[in-house]
Amino acid sequence: MQLIFEKSVPGRRGVRIPLADVPKASPFPEALRRKEPVALPEVSELDLVRHYTNLSRRNFSVDTNFYPLGSCTMKYNAKVAENAGGLFAGCHPVLSLLPGGEPLVQGPLSLIHGLEEQLAEITGMDQVTTQPLAGAHGEMTGIMVIAAYHRARGDRRRKYVIVPDSSHGTNPASAAMAGYEIVTIPTAPYGDMDLDLYKEAMSDEVAAVMMTCPNTLGLFNPHIAQICALARQAGALTYYDGANLNAILGKVRPGDVGFDVIHVNLHKTFGTPHGGGGPGSGPVGVKKELIPYLPTPRVVRKGDGSYAVEAHPEGIGRVSDFFGNFAVMARAYAYIVLLGREGLIEVSEQAVLNANYMMARLKGAYDLPFDLTCMHECVLSASRQLKNGVHAIDIAKYLIDRGFHPPTVYFPLNVKEAIMIEPTETESKQTMDDFIEAMLEAARMAQSDPRQLHEAPVTTPVGRLDETRAARAQQVCCE
Amino acid sequence: MGYCPNTPEEIREMLAVIGAGSVEELFAPIPAELRAKSFDLPAGMSEFELMRHMREKADACGAEIVPFIGAGIYDHFIPAAVDHLSSRAEFYTAYTPYQPECSQGTLQALYEYQSTICRLTGMEASNASLYDGGTAVAEAALMSLRITQRNRVLLDASVNPLHREIVAGYLHGLLAEAVQVAPKGCESDLERLMASIDEQTAAVVVQNPNFFGSVQDFTALAARAHEKGALLIVSCYPIALGVMATPGEMGADIAVGDGQSLGNPLSFGGPYFGFIATRKRFIRNLPGRIVGETVDNQQRRGYVLTLQAREQHIKRHKATSNICSNQSLCALRGLIFCAALGRKGFEELALLNYDKAQYARSVLSGIGGVTLLNAGATFNEFTLSLPGEAAPVVERLLASGVAAGVPLGEYFPGMEKALVVTVTEKRSKDEIHRLAALLEEALCS
Repeated sequence: MQLIFEKSVPGRRGVRIPLADVPKASPFPEALRRKEPVALPEVSELDLVRHYTNLSRRNFSVDTNFYPLGSCTMKYNAKVAENAGGLFAGCHPVLSLLPGGEPLVQGPLSLIHGLEEQLAEITGMDQVTTQPLAGAHGEMTGIMVIAAYHRARGDRRRKYVIVPDSSHGTNPASAAMAGYEIVTIPTAPYGDMDLDLYKEAMSDEVAAVMMTCPNTLGLFNPHIAQICALARQAGALTYYDGANLNAILGKVRPGDVGFDVIHVNLHKTFGTPHGGGGPGSGPVGVKKELIPYLPTPRVVRKGDGSYAVEAHPEGIGRVSDFFGNFAVMARAYAYIVLLGREGLIEVSEQAVLNANYMMARLKGAYDLPFDLTCMHECVLSASRQLKNGVHAIDIAKYLIDRGFHPPTVYFPLNVKEAIMIEPTETESKQTMDDFIEAMLEAARMAQSDPRQLHEAPVTTPVGRLDETRAARAQQVCCE
Repeated sequence: MGYCPNTPEEIREMLAVIGAGSVEELFAPIPAELRAKSFDLPAGMSEFELMRHMREKADACGAEIVPFIGAGIYDHFIPAAVDHLSSRAEFYTAYTPYQPECSQGTLQALYEYQSTICRLTGMEASNASLYDGGTAVAEAALMSLRITQRNRVLLDASVNPLHREIVAGYLHGLLAEAVQVAPKGCESDLERLMASIDEQTAAVVVQNPNFFGSVQDFTALAARAHEKGALLIVSCYPIALGVMATPGEMGADIAVGDGQSLGNPLSFGGPYFGFIATRKRFIRNLPGRIVGETVDNQQRRGYVLTLQAREQHIKRHKATSNICSNQSLCALRGLIFCAALGRKGFEELALLNYDKAQYARSVLSGIGGVTLLNAGATFNEFTLSLPGEAAPVVERLLASGVAAGVPLGEYFPGMEKALVVTVTEKRSKDEIHRLAALLEEALCS
């Protein structure tokens, strides 16, 4: 398909701008003026609408295809939450900073406070900030809070953060952004961080350990409370990566387990749209001792029931401009209110049921590195298919031809030829059965006709793309 | 209900396949003592009740106030096509384009977005967007540390104070230093900035137009920074770039900014998007996702995420940044906004902002006791000095339904009388005169 720039015709006009009702000013100073107008496309509104409508049709999405992308929780996004999130479009955030501005924005402030309370109850933490703009941003914020806590206690020896090798890449990257050195602990044969190696690594130089539970293999770590206790004995804090919170809603609260800091991904567990890669939202929750170090500003409820914006003088400062991705937060708040207590418990139960059903039906045809009851996702391996020269990526591409978005492949890194499937609770048995049939067919084809798998996909606007060429050419914008 | 479709019959069938007696049995791996101690949430609601509840909150959000405030976030008109096209579920319910063959819609849109950002800023390479304007400035500062292997950033204090706070926080953990250089009146103190660059300076960070609304030429500053082996980072307001000289034309190495004004609603602070663009030679130091052009197995043009070896899912703690997502949907809105206006319309929009602000500037600075503090050119924002403290005046005008501007006292000690006023194309002549009348009345009483 042509680029919008290639559809441009000099002199063609799109949308009209508002009319001027003031006299023309003396010209913008020549010395400060750009040499040429911005070379934007010149297209009609219909050209524009057709272009982006047709582009959208070149995407798989939750609303058009089953999207079992492991670790991403691609559940259905309730339409009513979209309507709810759009209600605040006209609310200027700077109003909240003006003298006398707080009374004008009580609605959004009460929503933020309400969401913070909901999330604190759901996760078992004492206080939540909604400022972080995505999961990774929440991780960085959480680690900065941990650093501030140690610093305030005069504890300056702690320079390491421990992560398991199955962790999301953002965990070590976020800790490094906050200035820490990373210690990576391998996975033991039982599918979780090796407890003995962890004990060896733990010391009074460790600032924190970052855990995902259930982990990226979809397994609940039976030693998780012990991991927290060992950290506490050494004076280190524990960080819970909430990427997989969908598995344990109403069943386990990280705060009860002993975690000190968590982040949650509203775009995963709380059903806000993934937007083609964002916007997300990554609120951070902490235990009481860490509240002083949360970022500024804080929304507080006053004695008279009204809401105010306050600074956090001892805190880590600002991590984003205002209160976070508010319209995303409004959707998550709406989702929690809509589902309520029982609805949220149903989410985790059905998510875990769907994942175990998927695993049970596929483990005959694919290797299952850890044959245990899984939580919200399961990780298979295509190592059996590899004997016929078929890789996980070939199976993924074949699934596209069958109309399914592929699962996550090659993650976690500690499973060879990993295929990570997260159906989520919003998918029916019927849809999963269709997907399972396609997966079983791929396994059969790996034996009978591997060539056809190597050629997939053939039904998409483009076939397999040359990534090496892209990296070499570095063509990232059109001339 | 949690949008869970399986019937009791289907659930039974699934449990039989798994070999479990109940759903609860699947949670057996969780030790009993770790079970939730509480889960005290209200019962669910219907859509109808939910929307009634949400509307109550939205009715108390100050949307009726006439905003002459900006401070980085601007009330611009949004063409209807932006909402309609970005609401295509194929865009908003997709995720990161990890599988390019079934994500060409998002990938091509992001490639067009990157091209648009390069054209706006006069730079050669853009990523697929960052979180927001403030974190974009911080990421640019970190990028300059990586490129120069130095550990100090000179931060012009006429950069948005919220952004400066974010930069300071990001640098703190890395034991790098942000040295703030005070402005001279409402303009960057170019002489002092130039004199402060030394062999430890990774970059100088300026904003154009700056927080006071002043537009400046940073060409000489760029040249001096380069002489000393440092970079120039320019944070800019994209609507101003419709008429203002670009960071690229001035010799900047990194251009950043908040993309909110390009088709993203105010929404009480987000979601917006940050943009970052640089010279091609620094492309491997960019944080975040980048889309590149390539061909498929039949030589057909297509797009993929590229240069991923910089990123956290491959490099882990050695990545250029921890950022994993971008603000794809907001960037898409920005792209559609720019394409809807087009070459001519975008310039006209910038000039309309300029004309309206110039008009308001002359009306307001004509009020007795009010003076203009900007020494040179401004775009759609300017700083006034009032006879007394600005904060109580702003509070008083808010009660009349007008947000007169942002009082500077809290951010710039000593500037308690100063007020930054913003005038976008949406502010009518009548509203400008209403602001003038209210201001005059407040100052007289």
